[in-house]
Amino acid sequence: MSAFHPPLSSGNLADTDQPAVPLTFQELLFRLQTFWASRGCVLQQPYDVEVGAGTMSPETFLRVLGPRPYRVGYAQPSRRPADGRYGENPNRLFKHTQFQLILKPPPANIQELYLDSLAAIGIDLRRHDLKFEEDNWESPTLGAWGIGWQVMLDGLEITQFTYFQQCGGIDLDPITAEITYGLERIAAFLQDVDSIYDIVWMRDPDTGYEIRYGEIRLEDELQFSVYNFEYADVEKLWEHLRLYEAECQALIDGAQTLAALDDVAQIRRYPLLSAFDLCLKCSHLFNLLDARGAISVTERVGVIARIRALAVGVARAYTSQQTAARKVTADA
Amino acid sequence: MPDFLLEIGLEEVPSRMLAAAQQELAARVDTLLHEHRLLESAFQITAFSTPRRLAILVSGVIPRQPDIEEELIGPSWKIAWQQESFSPAATAFARKAGVTVDALRKIATPKGEYVGATVLRQGETASAILATALPACVAGLSWPKNMYWREGKPERFVRPVRWLVALLDSEILPFHFAGQVAGNSSRGHRILHGAEAVPLHHASEYASRLREAFVLVHPDDRRHIIRKALDRATRLIPNARWREDAELIETVVHLTEWPTVLSGAFEAEYLALPQEVLVTVMRDHQKYFAVEDTHGALLPHFLTVLNTEVDEAGQAIIRHGNERVLRSRFKDAQFFWNADQKTPLAERVELLRAVTFQKELGSYFWKTEQNLRIAEVVSKTIQSRGKILNHAALLQSVLLAKTDLTAELVKEFTELQGIVGGLYARAQGLGETVAAAIYAQYTPASMEDSIPSTIEAQILGLVDRIQTISAMFSIGNIPSGSRDPFALRRAGNAIIRILAEAALPLRLSELIAAAGQAETPVAAFLRERLSFYLKESRGFSYDVIAAVLAADADDVLDACARCEALTRVRGSADFMAVAAASRRIRNILAQAKQAGSDWSAADNGLLAEPEEQALLAASERLSEQVKALRLRHEYTLALEAIASLAPTVDAFFARIMVMAPQADLRAARLRLIDSVLASISGIAEFAEIVNA
Repeated sequence: MSAFHPPLSSGNLADTDQPAVPLTFQELLFRLQTFWASRGCVLQQPYDVEVGAGTMSPETFLRVLGPRPYRVGYAQPSRRPADGRYGENPNRLFKHTQFQLILKPPPANIQELYLDSLAAIGIDLRRHDLKFEEDNWESPTLGAWGIGWQVMLDGLEITQFTYFQQCGGIDLDPITAEITYGLERIAAFLQDVDSIYDIVWMRDPDTGYEIRYGEIRLEDELQFSVYNFEYADVEKLWEHLRLYEAECQALIDGAQTLAALDDVAQIRRYPLLSAFDLCLKCSHLFNLLDARGAISVTERVGVIARIRALAVGVARAYTSQQTAARKVTADA
Repeated sequence: MPDFLLEIGLEEVPSRMLAAAQQELAARVDTLLHEHRLLESAFQITAFSTPRRLAILVSGVIPRQPDIEEELIGPSWKIAWQQESFSPAATAFARKAGVTVDALRKIATPKGEYVGATVLRQGETASAILATALPACVAGLSWPKNMYWREGKPERFVRPVRWLVALLDSEILPFHFAGQVAGNSSRGHRILHGAEAVPLHHASEYASRLREAFVLVHPDDRRHIIRKALDRATRLIPNARWREDAELIETVVHLTEWPTVLSGAFEAEYLALPQEVLVTVMRDHQKYFAVEDTHGALLPHFLTVLNTEVDEAGQAIIRHGNERVLRSRFKDAQFFWNADQKTPLAERVELLRAVTFQKELGSYFWKTEQNLRIAEVVSKTIQSRGKILNHAALLQSVLLAKTDLTAELVKEFTELQGIVGGLYARAQGLGETVAAAIYAQYTPASMEDSIPSTIEAQILGLVDRIQTISAMFSIGNIPSGSRDPFALRRAGNAIIRILAEAALPLRLSELIAAAGQAETPVAAFLRERLSFYLKESRGFSYDVIAAVLAADADDVLDACARCEALTRVRGSADFMAVAAASRRIRNILAQAKQAGSDWSAADNGLLAEPEEQALLAASERLSEQVKALRLRHEYTLALEAIASLAPTVDAFFARIMVMAPQADLRAARLRLIDSVLASISGIAEFAEIVNA
């Protein structure tokens, strides 16, 4: 691989002219990041615990709770063990990349902003067919649901657009809008390739040397499919699930006294963020067990309920921690 | 007279909700204007909708309500007029009514005399009334699913409201709703017009202005254009027509503001996939219209309805994009089809243990066992009545019916369950009888859908549904009101339709008993479904259905036949006379019973009057006759025979007083009319028939 070069920079983000050469995978991400950063969003890095979707990152799950406005964008590699296909299916991945955007509260021109972001990645809407089609989102394990659309571009779903109504079993106010771009799909569309593995990830601007998605990702699609479907030790997964669950639950239980505290420092230091990581671990272990075919029908509903209880427990505890801290600060 | 325009601008409303919302808004505005006396007699209301707006245009609005005189009633005259002058109470009333005391008058009412005053109520202007009433009018729209979006969550609505227009001719009615103030600027097509406002100078120019901004606000216009464009696009493909699909037309009408149609193609090799799969992908997943040749065979083309209009370069891009998506979906389907063949249906029965039917009840393996047990009984019963069927194939189809739930293709296309099982059974050489039964097990899916054509499929459909209904009833999942989460009513309707339209010799009670539950709630539930079927599918009138089902509601075919016969004769004067006599007899008997009379041991010998003897003889004769005709299902003849009783029974009631003072005579007469009722009630309870 040649030496690293900075990406091609675009002069005008709002320029709707189709670029002569379609964006590489990484340029696509840059463009989206730059677009939303220039509209007042925090740019975060992917969360470093296994998640099934960008929604599960604390940057979404916890930030949407409570009254504080927040705008953030981040790429999130999302692991769904059951979707793995050993790298053999050109359209399906064990781990795909979402670009997740959280706007809390949603601005009135949010759809127009979103359309501008499409222009920023080189989609000239005057030559495409765009529809917002009803698609409501629900996650039983997160106790979360929202109202929204799938955005269809020339018959391809490129974005999930959701107004969150509830998260962690808590009714939200303000409402948060979540925009989730499916990066592989969009890149394959822009580059007009039939297989995700053929997506150009990087192109050396000097030499034109290209690295494709498959070179970077195929190996882990294969190996993780093998692990998830064949090697993952079911007994140990269950054991891990029990351990993480117990520790998470202990932290949730310990949070019950927070509301009674009057020392803001004492309230703030309680590790509910860590409790949420533990909950995410449980969720991923559940997905692994599911992919492994290790969860019987009767167990399945029960395990989902256990993880939901953790998510709801953390959400409640986190909300009351934030409320208590604000109250004590305001009183002081 | 002025025109009134209301437009609610929204983020994209789900297509499935628009038609009803448009209608409801029109009705609400209509009611509002009527209640406030703001409509002239020749008014006209037009309703519009697109994904981004609901709108109403009313012509013939009265600019100001007419003044009206209103009579107000105060305290009673006794309190108002005391010692030759108006009392303080009357003065207070006058003040409240806004008149001087001199204007008070005495008013006579059925309840007595009161003080009253006539006041002139000045009409308010339409603009004032509308500006006040519109927020509640709009907020009251009912949506299947609502959301919050604003801080503090002040209102729920289907999607965020982004603008409002309210105009009376050119006058803005600045009402507030959902954070917006109504004005006169609308918006055009997102892309073709852009974000710039569309100013409306007059309510009546709504549709034409919006057309200039690339929005066809009238769904009828879009429907017309889409149909035309589909025709036009199909003409470019030799010997082709697009597959008519009214439901899909409605969907795309409500997904577009400026529809155009584009055709695309796919590789002919995919035509090797079953057309059910191809059509599901195109229709349900992609909202494409399928294209077929003149014999109805699929062609490798599709038509997609765009919400935009593009140049040729754009068409090429959009066509390419859609073809790309379709190809990858077909490729997936092909992959799943091939992968599924590695595990034949027979091997999948075991896998059903891992598929939940209902968590309190068990898996689909459990359900399959139950279905087999029921099928065994039902099949034997039906065969014993002379129907010929392939018992072994039936049981095999019951055994394999649910196995496709474990197939990858069904996981991907859940709407194809049953159909995929049938296709796999055929591909795996299980025989046409088994394949057809599995394939059609979920039909009829609606009242319009037809029933399965083979007897094995019909029985599988009956068995599967009665098992579901009785199992769900056993754990308390009984439909009530609008709640029917397991669609049991639809299952019940299908049972009735199959029995009626396939003419299967099986009583509802036998079907319920085969399911192991002689439970009355299930029987009552199916009787209700039968009544629904007779009304909605067959169009019989309420009283005919009630009369027929009161006599017997267990044999579906027989109930249908009796309804037909009864409908045929009910118009005749003689028949209506018998119906009236039946009601009379029923009332007399009910009263007598209440008074403690017992006529079971009464003596016929006491009936000496000629009218009594005539009725007794006619009734005995009729009883035998009706019984014989009923056995032969000659219901029309039976009913005509019954109607012939009219003169005899009329003569009896004209001359004879049933409730005679002597107890023994009274009992004998009661016994007589009771036997008359019994002799005619085997086909229908005529007392239920109302006069036309």
